[in-house]
Amino acid sequence: MGLNPALKSNSAGPEMYVGEGYGLTQLEKVVGLARANSIWPLPFATSCCGIEFMATMAATYDLGRFGAERLSFSPRQADLLMVMGTIAKKMGPVLKQVYTQMAEPKWVIAVGACASSGGIFDTYSVLQGIDKVIPVDVYVPGCPPPPEAILDGILKIQELMKNEPLRRRESPEYRQLLESYDIL
Amino acid sequence: MMRETTPDNSYIREAVLHEFRNDVKSIEESYGMLDIVIKKPSLIPVITWLKQHDILQFQFLTSLCGVHYPEQKENEFSVVYHLHSFVNNIRIRVHIFMSENDLNVPTLTTLYAGANWMERETFEFYGILFDGHPDLRIILNVEDMNYHPLRKQYSLVDDTRTDKDDKYFGR
Repeated sequence: MGLNPALKSNSAGPEMYVGEGYGLTQLEKVVGLARANSIWPLPFATSCCGIEFMATMAATYDLGRFGAERLSFSPRQADLLMVMGTIAKKMGPVLKQVYTQMAEPKWVIAVGACASSGGIFDTYSVLQGIDKVIPVDVYVPGCPPPPEAILDGILKIQELMKNEPLRRRESPEYRQLLESYDIL
Repeated sequence: MMRETTPDNSYIREAVLHEFRNDVKSIEESYGMLDIVIKKPSLIPVITWLKQHDILQFQFLTSLCGVHYPEQKENEFSVVYHLHSFVNNIRIRVHIFMSENDLNVPTLTTLYAGANWMERETFEFYGILFDGHPDLRIILNVEDMNYHPLRKQYSLVDDTRTDKDDKYFGR
């Protein structure tokens, strides 16, 4: 016992060689674990999806169970932008400014049909999906999506956070992505 | 002081016709509301008179909006004014029609300050030009919008949509 390090893969944590009084894993995995379980979301709620998000934060569904207890209403301290609701074209530059003000690393989740694609509003005043102005990591379908769907989107974001390479944000592909949105 | 007459639709009809017989194109009641169509040059005199009339006192401009009727030649555009007399608890509607080649209308901001934003909105959506308006800029949409989206020649769906393939949406 303790002489043969065991590969422990049946827990929620990262893969780890565990010995007596120590564990070995990659820094990347530990950082990913920390990021994924301490999200500070910035809710950008404009309509009914925002109401569903309120239920998601409240006692029954309780987003706090997943480490996102603390909402950040300042983009400077947030790491997850949650866009919930119809975004008018006039709101587009505002949304983009909020995204630009967030510090790296940052993720974006588009909650509901409107944020994802404009939804039913095929009209002159509505942005046809927020990915026209900022990059999006996870799309949650629904009109509006129930709290369960929003939670599922958060879990998907957590998977992205856990598995993101530490130097992804310095990579040329990431720069190219931001430049394609005219950010940087 | 009690008034002997409480103005109703027929009272207003008689009073308007008595004062402006040559300015009124039609005057009729629909769904209980009096609808007066007047000639465009008579707009300011008629509305001023309605507002300042001792008994009628239409002192509130409830709404002001444009309408586009592309099939009505020479009368393609309309501006509709809804007036409310608080004292008499009665509302009326005043219309003007104009050709798409002459979209200039005198502003009502001189009579009702509340007309300011409503005229900006009407200008934005229909391109109707309110002469004498203090600041005729668009008010609701993005500043660089360069067309008047509620005119009927523009399609109902947004032309900028790219991700919605009609075959997936049953269109």
